[in-house]
Amino acid sequence: MDALVTVLTRNYLLVAFAVVGITVWASYFISRKFTAGRIHGSAIAITLGLVAAYFGGRATGGSAGVADIPVLAGIGLMGGGMMRDFAIVATAFGVHLDELKKAGIAGVISILAGVVVSFLVGAIVAFAFGYTDPVSVTTIAAGAVTYIVGPVTGAAIGASSEVVAMSVAAGLVKSILVMIGTPLVARFIGLNNPQSAMVYGGLMGTTSGVAAGLAATDPKLVPYGAMTATFYTGVGCLLGPSILFFIVRAVI
Amino acid sequence: MIIYGVALLSACLVVGLYLGELLGTILNVDANVGGVGIAMLLLVVISSKKSFAGFVRGESGAGIKFWSAMYIPIVVAMAARQNVAAAIDGGAMAILAGTLAVVVSFALVPLISKIGRGDPVPAAGETD
Repeated sequence: MDALVTVLTRNYLLVAFAVVGITVWASYFISRKFTAGRIHGSAIAITLGLVAAYFGGRATGGSAGVADIPVLAGIGLMGGGMMRDFAIVATAFGVHLDELKKAGIAGVISILAGVVVSFLVGAIVAFAFGYTDPVSVTTIAAGAVTYIVGPVTGAAIGASSEVVAMSVAAGLVKSILVMIGTPLVARFIGLNNPQSAMVYGGLMGTTSGVAAGLAATDPKLVPYGAMTATFYTGVGCLLGPSILFFIVRAVI
Repeated sequence: MIIYGVALLSACLVVGLYLGELLGTILNVDANVGGVGIAMLLLVVISSKKSFAGFVRGESGAGIKFWSAMYIPIVVAMAARQNVAAAIDGGAMAILAGTLAVVVSFALVPLISKIGRGDPVPAAGETD
């Protein structure tokens, strides 16, 4: 038993490939057998991943889901930012520049609108829950933008660690919900072409959420959504501690 | 050679992320601004150039296509390492803030998609 654990922890990336492979296979099997293909196999696989992450986090008390379990540490590398970005860029292979140009202006507008709207919603919710100081309201609102914008903004304007944790939680909820919700609402919001995918990426902004949401909807749309989404966090970090904070301070 | 495609892909990402960092520094923002997006543009532009054909045709292209095909498994691994427990522990306010942000953003997709193109977007609920 000890020897097995040693081998598995030493070859952690290979374990990750095997475990993810089995998960994907099982998910496509479930999709075919039990939903007649109505629920996409990758949507099931992503949901299984999130459920596993919940129990992994509960069991270990860590912040990286199942990757905090030593035997599954390879999941952390395989699903980390480096590999995620690498695979996202690879999906752009074969994309035509014309398609990107067509949605250029709508894409830019969607990024600005996405940041402002999510921030506004977050601010209203924070206010409704009894937060009245501008620093806390701004930090929680920035968390509703993404879980990176929240802490960056909070650090810049001096929010308490409790409020920063809350803003990260809001961002995580958003990211997870985008992963699960996108395939469910795709047909109702016209998410079936490169242009609307770019707008969607700009509005949602969470790179992880968009990456998984589009994977579960139509992998062909991934490069378009990811393209705009990767600018969103930067714009959020730019506006959060500056203009948006000043506006909140002026209003409250 | 497969490694040529993989090397081109890696180089595009590293250069893109570097430019994204620089952009962040210029804007005085503690984040990488669009590094991955810039990398994607680089790959699209370079792979359409004749002089780089050796990096993207045939076997070399397979090196890029492999990682493109690994996209979904990587996303599944990404899902499995999210801090789901913390999201749920955030309580009612965090869940409500995150949820409403998503709902409102979803609702805006068809509206903003209309900008910059002539044909109307199918209305909500319309069957295809």
